[in-house]
Amino acid sequence: MTDQIERDPITGTETTGHEWDGIKELNTPLPKWWLYTWLACIAWAAVWCFLYPSIPYGPSYWHGILGHTNRADVDREVHAVAVQRSAVMDKIGTMSFADIRADKGLAEAANTAGRITFANNCQPCHGAGGAGAIGYPALATGAWIWGGKLEDIQQTLIHGIRSGDPEARDSQMPRFGIDGVLKPEEIQHVADFVMTYYGTPRKDATPAELAAGAEIFANNCAACHGDKGQGGREFGAPRLASEVHLGGHTRQDVINQINNPHMGVMPYWNTRLDAATIKSLALYVHDLGGGE
Amino acid sequence: MSRISPAERKLQLQREAEGDHLYANRIRVYPKSVHGPVRRFKWAVLILCLTVYYILPWLRWDRGPGRPNQALLLDFTHRRFYIFGLEFWPQDIYYLTGLLILGAVFLFLITSLAGRVWCGYACPQTVWTDLFMWVERLVEGDRNERMKRDAAPMNADTLWRKIAKHSIWVAIAFWTGGAWIMYYVDAPTTVRAFWTGTAGMGVYGFTALFTASTYLLAGWAREQVCTFMCPWPRFQAAMFDEQSFIVTYQKWRGEPRGHLKADTHEPHGDCIDCGACVTACPTGIDIREGVQLACIGCGLCVDACNEVMTRVARPLWLITWDNLNRQAAKAQGHIVPVRLLRPRTIIYASAMLIAVVVMGIALSQRPTIGLSVQQDRAPLFVRLPDGSVRDGYTIKISNKTQADTDFDLAPEGLGGATIALSETHQDRAATLRVKVPADDVGTLRVLVVAPDQSGSKPLTFRLRNTQTGETTANNVAFVGPARSAGAPR
Repeated sequence: MTDQIERDPITGTETTGHEWDGIKELNTPLPKWWLYTWLACIAWAAVWCFLYPSIPYGPSYWHGILGHTNRADVDREVHAVAVQRSAVMDKIGTMSFADIRADKGLAEAANTAGRITFANNCQPCHGAGGAGAIGYPALATGAWIWGGKLEDIQQTLIHGIRSGDPEARDSQMPRFGIDGVLKPEEIQHVADFVMTYYGTPRKDATPAELAAGAEIFANNCAACHGDKGQGGREFGAPRLASEVHLGGHTRQDVINQINNPHMGVMPYWNTRLDAATIKSLALYVHDLGGGE
Repeated sequence: MSRISPAERKLQLQREAEGDHLYANRIRVYPKSVHGPVRRFKWAVLILCLTVYYILPWLRWDRGPGRPNQALLLDFTHRRFYIFGLEFWPQDIYYLTGLLILGAVFLFLITSLAGRVWCGYACPQTVWTDLFMWVERLVEGDRNERMKRDAAPMNADTLWRKIAKHSIWVAIAFWTGGAWIMYYVDAPTTVRAFWTGTAGMGVYGFTALFTASTYLLAGWAREQVCTFMCPWPRFQAAMFDEQSFIVTYQKWRGEPRGHLKADTHEPHGDCIDCGACVTACPTGIDIREGVQLACIGCGLCVDACNEVMTRVARPLWLITWDNLNRQAAKAQGHIVPVRLLRPRTIIYASAMLIAVVVMGIALSQRPTIGLSVQQDRAPLFVRLPDGSVRDGYTIKISNKTQADTDFDLAPEGLGGATIALSETHQDRAATLRVKVPADDVGTLRVLVVAPDQSGSKPLTFRLRNTQTGETTANNVAFVGPARSAGAPR
């Protein structure tokens, strides 16, 4: 090794003196600006660690002297949104349905709030757009069981149906089959008769069978479901003379329902949603296309 | 600019001399002032362009109460373009395409006829560079004085002149950048807001941006924009032919060039090689080298040369506008006629005519009514208690007229179909009447009910403006269940 630093003859750059298989490494030091930027980054990181949550130790961690948490950020933002919305939602909560309707801006806000609340809470049972499903009432069709006025919908939302709420809508359909009120062949006859209301009567049902069914219907069913199958809202008895069927479309569905009735439960929402949201929801459901 | 040592500079020059260089330093251009008809015409165009630019946003145009009264307003916030009596919605954007096509073809036509008159006179880069050069000349003196000043060491006099020049440039740039904003917002209110500090960040930000770009492009970049940045000079050669009039040095007349000397008897041409055309050129080229990319066709060399020709008592227009064909003929000593009508110009002119006619028809037939229909997807349909089928649609009605208008919306193509708003779905009728405010879009959800239907059927929504009678239609599908009511299940 000489004192003279070797230079690469082609580029004129100094070499480091390291050599592998005849290839010599050139000495190209890092640019100064790069070095200082790097050092500044290290200093910045140190300051950052001091200010913000950073180093874990055992069960806890260094919280940083600014006391910053992301959770608090979210809480603050959620609160800010609630405050921002309160101006509109307070109005919806106190105004009458008619007044909300008359104010285009409020009506749009209520519709939006209703749509989102519906998607989050109601859609799993009642279907998108309130199309309904077997056992779950179709809200968009006008086939109401307890009433389709805004106030009726609001009442159902607040207290529910068979929900355990003291003011819940409540009714029972007798268990005609398993409690022995009707004999099996009587159930067959009345089911044949109900299918005429459904518009799809059993083709080989004889007039005598239908007449027997009609009589059983008049004695056992008409009190709640109406003498023409038009339904009875005070009892929550669904309309039978309809194309919209809560319990299913087939004769077997009808027999099952008479034999051992399925009675759905609608939860009460007054403990989960505030009054303004329930009102918005009532407006939204009403405007799906079935409201009265 | 990075400083380089004399040794490195020497090496660089040596490489450049050998043709072995990847870059060259900019050679600063010090254009000399000229006087003459071309210069006067150029001033006139400059004043006209700047006047239009600064005045246009301040013109008012009454559009009725509650509507913008600015004659030319490109309102991005509310998505409306107002151009005097015309109003454009975002859907009308293809008129802009038409306008751009028209502009491009017009530029092609002019270029093939008369060369780069756009570059030389009307291009904003040219106009503002010219204005900035005028300021420079006013403050720092003409070419020779400026060169001397820049070569000499800095002194107090040079310093204050430089500061004054840049201050005026920045002031003009600010005025220019500020005026640009006025096309997009209401001018009087924005100017007030600007100076009271209440304008939005957008206004301040864009004013700063356009101020900076004007200052840099017109003050510093100048001819480099035309030579290196602008794509137009690159493909304008495709528009030229041997019949295009361009700024031309009449070589057959000028050559062989030579200085005037009383004692010489050698025959020489009219060009006395004084260099006036070179020093006058704002892009620093020598027009005697023929047509070239950096020539913007401004013709200031024509004025410069005419001045000299007058002084040496030679015929004027040694540098003139002419085409290659005529020059070739003149060199042979005869005159050929000018051909303005040639396939190229005829094609450009017809393309322009077609564009104008199409645009004109489209504009005059522009609908003031718009209908868009989107079918509800969930649920696609519902069966009603009476067995009929109902589909929901979200409808948008555009009312582009200036009056609150009643529209009639009717579902057609399905026997016995009725329509209603979803919030008043019991009031079903064959047609639905909807009021849409002036210059607005009404959004509504409608329900169409048809007697027992199965499968998918075509449905036409027909919309009619009850005041003008204008109609439009939109074809959609009406979807029902796979089976009709009453069918065995």
